[in-house]
Amino acid sequence: MRRAGNALKIYLAVMLCAALVGCATSPKGFLQPTEQALKERDLQMRRYETKDEEMIIVSTAGVLQDLGFTLDNSETELGFVAASKRADATSGGQIAAAVIADALGIATAIVGVPCYTNAVSRCDKEQKIKASVITRSTLDGAKTVVRVTFQRIIWDMSGQMTRVETVKEPLIYQKFHDSLSKAIFLEAEQI
Amino acid sequence: MRILIRHCGILIILAMVLAASGCATTASSALQSDESAVQLRSMQTRAFDTTDKKKMMQTVLGTMQDLEFVIDKADFMLGSITGTKFFDQAFVQMTVTVRSKGEKQLLVRASAQYGIESIDDPQTYQDFFTALEKAIFLTAQQVD
Repeated sequence: MRRAGNALKIYLAVMLCAALVGCATSPKGFLQPTEQALKERDLQMRRYETKDEEMIIVSTAGVLQDLGFTLDNSETELGFVAASKRADATSGGQIAAAVIADALGIATAIVGVPCYTNAVSRCDKEQKIKASVITRSTLDGAKTVVRVTFQRIIWDMSGQMTRVETVKEPLIYQKFHDSLSKAIFLEAEQI
Repeated sequence: MRILIRHCGILIILAMVLAASGCATTASSALQSDESAVQLRSMQTRAFDTTDKKKMMQTVLGTMQDLEFVIDKADFMLGSITGTKFFDQAFVQMTVTVRSKGEKQLLVRASAQYGIESIDDPQTYQDFFTALEKAIFLTAQQVD
C-alpha cells in the first residue's frame, strides 16, 4: 500500500513537471481573413481622382507629419509609408475611477474600467500609434487607391504594456482621409 | 533522514525530467537545425506563374492589410515586406519575401512568429497563401 502511494507520488510529480515545462502551442487560424476585417477595408480605403501616385505619396507623408507622426520607413516604388507617434493615453474618467477604487480598497473593476486596487498605477498613461499607408493605382490606372491602417500599443502608469489593438474608430480613418484630400488639393495647387 | 531518503528518488526524477525536457541553452534556440530547415522552407514557400514582382509585392501588401497587419518595413529591391498584427493580446510578426525563380515564376515565402514562437504549422501558412491566391487570381504551387 505504502509502495503504491510512493509510486503515485512519483507519477504525479513527473506529470506536474511535464505540464510545467511542456511547450505551449500557439493558436491557429490567425492568418485567416475575418469578415469583420474585410468590412473595415472600406473604412481604411479611399479612391482619389488622380493618376499621379508620386503626388499622393508625397501628400501622404505630409499629412502624417501634420498629424504629429514621424516617418519610420518607406518604399516609394511600392507606394508604402510607415509612421508612428507617441501620445498621451490618460483618461480623466479612468483615473478618477481608479482613485476611488484605491481609496475604497475595492479590488474590482469599476464600470468596465480595467483598474483594480493599486489601480492608479494600472491606468493608461502612454500610447504608441503606428500607421501604415499603401497607395496603388486602380486596375484601369485612372485613379489611385490609398489604404491606411492604424494600431495602438498602450502602457500603464507603471510602465507595463497593457493593451495592443488595431484602431477601429471610423472617425480616425475619416480624419486621415479628409486631411489627405485637402493635402492633395494643396499639393496640386502648389500651396 | 528517512524522509529525506524516501523523497530523494522523487527529487532525482524531477531533476531528470527538467533536464530532459527543458531547453538546453537559450542561445542554441537562436538558430534552427538544418534538418527542419528544408521542411520549413517547403511549407513557407509557394511558386506563382508570374514575373511581375511589383504587382506581387503590392498584392502581398494588400493581403497583409486584409489580415489586419500594419506594415512596418518594405524593400522592393530585396523583395521583402514585414508587418505586425495583434492576436489575443500577442504580437504576430510576419516577413514575406518575393524573388524570381527561373524566368517565368516568382517564389513567395512567408515566415511568421507568434510572440516569441516561430510558427511551423503548415495550415497557418496555407491560410495566408489561400488569401494571397484569391487576391492575385493565380494558383500557389507547392515547391519541393
